[in-house]
Amino acid sequence: MDLAYTPRQKAFREEVRAWLAANLPREPLASYDTREGFEQHREWERKLFDARLSMVIWPEALGGRGCDLIEWLIFEEEYYGAGAPMRVNQNGQLLLGPTLIEFGTEEQKARFLPRMASSEDMWAQGWSEPNAGSDMAAITSKAILSADGTHYVVNGQKTWSTRASYADLLFGLFRSDPASSRHHGLSYLAVALDAPGVTIRPIQALNGKQAFAEIFFDDVKVPVENRIGDEGQGWHVAMATAGFERGLLLRSPARFQYTARRLVELYRANREVADRDPSIRDAVIEAWTGTEAYALAAYHTVGRLAKGARIGAEASTNKIYWSELDLKMHETAMRILGPLGELTGDAPAAVEAARWLDGFLFAQAGPIYAGTNEIQRNIIAERMLGLPK
Amino acid sequence: MDFTFTDDQLTFREAVSRFLMTEAAPEMLREIWETDTGRSPELRKNIAEQGLTALSVPEDCGGLGMDDIAWALMTQELGYYAIPDSLADAAYVAAGLIAALPAGTASREDWLGCIAEGSIRIAVAHPVNPLVADANPANLLLLAHGDEVHAVPREQVEVEPNPSIDLSRRLARVRWTPAASTLIAGGEAGRALWAQTLNRGALSTAGQLLGLAQRMLDLSVDYVAQRKQFGKPIGSFQAVKHHLADVATKIEFAKPVLYRAAYALAHGEAGADARVSHAKLACGEAAWLGARQGIQVHGAMGYTWEVDLQMFMKRAWALDAAWGDRGFHKARVADAILADGAALGPGHTFEE
Repeated sequence: MDLAYTPRQKAFREEVRAWLAANLPREPLASYDTREGFEQHREWERKLFDARLSMVIWPEALGGRGCDLIEWLIFEEEYYGAGAPMRVNQNGQLLLGPTLIEFGTEEQKARFLPRMASSEDMWAQGWSEPNAGSDMAAITSKAILSADGTHYVVNGQKTWSTRASYADLLFGLFRSDPASSRHHGLSYLAVALDAPGVTIRPIQALNGKQAFAEIFFDDVKVPVENRIGDEGQGWHVAMATAGFERGLLLRSPARFQYTARRLVELYRANREVADRDPSIRDAVIEAWTGTEAYALAAYHTVGRLAKGARIGAEASTNKIYWSELDLKMHETAMRILGPLGELTGDAPAAVEAARWLDGFLFAQAGPIYAGTNEIQRNIIAERMLGLPK
Repeated sequence: MDFTFTDDQLTFREAVSRFLMTEAAPEMLREIWETDTGRSPELRKNIAEQGLTALSVPEDCGGLGMDDIAWALMTQELGYYAIPDSLADAAYVAAGLIAALPAGTASREDWLGCIAEGSIRIAVAHPVNPLVADANPANLLLLAHGDEVHAVPREQVEVEPNPSIDLSRRLARVRWTPAASTLIAGGEAGRALWAQTLNRGALSTAGQLLGLAQRMLDLSVDYVAQRKQFGKPIGSFQAVKHHLADVATKIEFAKPVLYRAAYALAHGEAGADARVSHAKLACGEAAWLGARQGIQVHGAMGYTWEVDLQMFMKRAWALDAAWGDRGFHKARVADAILADGAALGPGHTFEE
């Protein structure tokens, strides 16, 4: 155990800090759940990419800089600590990206990854269907290989696809063997969202914005080169993606530590009002202890990974932990704000342009997406504790 | 930056675990519970023979010179097997205090040598604990008089036993009169020693609580996998699964907090107080949740004397308030994070 950063790690931190100080947008970007905000975030991603900071853990040849996971944690700390914009393309970069690196062909990596790192291609997910939510193996959308073997013909419907209204491509699971059921006979495909036969219908989210969409496929042709992994192996490939999602990458500790710092500041600025309810102070303290614990667990995991360990079912404890923590912190902020908490960003009297309200609404989704917390608890009980099905 | 244990440290933990598994089975704990002293000279002798009493004693005094990080592993094993002995009080907490005395302080080397060979029992009476653990069987007591540290032989104190619901804990109120002959440190030095001792005591207790949490989880998993109702193991029901998944999650996120605190202590970091208090809180919460969900999934069996769970629950309930209750530790964390200019947020987990 050696908890000192190396000179190289310190220099990297300084470099990232200096770059962010010089390049952060002067004004906050519009919400990435709107067309305008989405494009602003795409521009910001391009700027990060040009500085080779968009995907620091990817190899240089793919547009990254070959950082190890400790350096990635450092990057995240500087990034979120500086209050930099949310990452608009992270579903692609953090979920599909690692899957392509593990399962993709060299041709696919070259075709997809650099454009994903630069956000020239924005990616949406295609997992859930109207009757396949927590029970993802109930997927019925079909992808049937053409007689000449050059393409799939895709029919069906996907839903809850984050920011699909604005995205360029979608990745997800389709049933390529119509006679199959459950986890068998599925294939993992990348589908261009401007292909003929694709219809996107936005879904208005809790915040009133088109934060996600449902997508209809009507005889959509998908080139066979867009299949990731072998035909019929889609479930296996997707589970690797789900593992990444639940695990470390998608929700690095830094963004929650940043929220905790803001919550402490909010509490200190409103102490007189907040202290009328002593449980608020308690919750503020727990924001710090909770986010520190999450960060420490991340460093511990990264250290174990560096020594050759694999992330197993304990990734599911991560998902429960950060989603409940994030919700609790935003609930606490709303309680401190009291009657000002309900004000939207358009309200002149809103605090911090209603940033806490926006976060509070988004935090409601945390225990639901990426596998509900009930599903995560099943996974922990069955795979970590070995309890019977 | 490497926040993991070395192979040597993990091997050491394995060895301790294997040793305690055979030396301290639940049936044996029950036997010791029935005795007047609540202590087994046999067990203490075996522990000493393994060298476990010598861990913290400096090498030049016959010990192994191991640091707080080793104890973060060791105390988890002591908790897991609910060892009915104040081993960590003498071999870790008292050893740390005595080792920190200036070299040449009268009796310092003798005491350390005796700790290493396991021939002395030392009770530590920090003012944060209203009662003293193992005062009765102790040979020597480290007692506080203001900032002063006194080392007082057992025959010079009056001991009034105060039974605990955890029969492994033997608590007493101690009456004594400070004398110049027993003073070993005072003033600034005494204050620093007591502060350090408090952190070691809290860390030791935190580690034991975490070990207890893991033991209660393991016992519960075993029980719900074999107990059948409605024709299947109750562990197949989601309501039961989710109770235990929550315990597993608490444990998972308490471990690294304990390790971070141990490192802060071993390296004398300025922020060690808050780190140790955080560890005590996180491990205490994991242990109490382990007890709560443990008794729930054991059903009525968990409420009996017969089922082993009770020994671990009672210890968890008791240790949660030892070496500073939650209010005490929460206040220390609050002092650190609500202070002007506190180093909060991303990037301060390892550097201030």
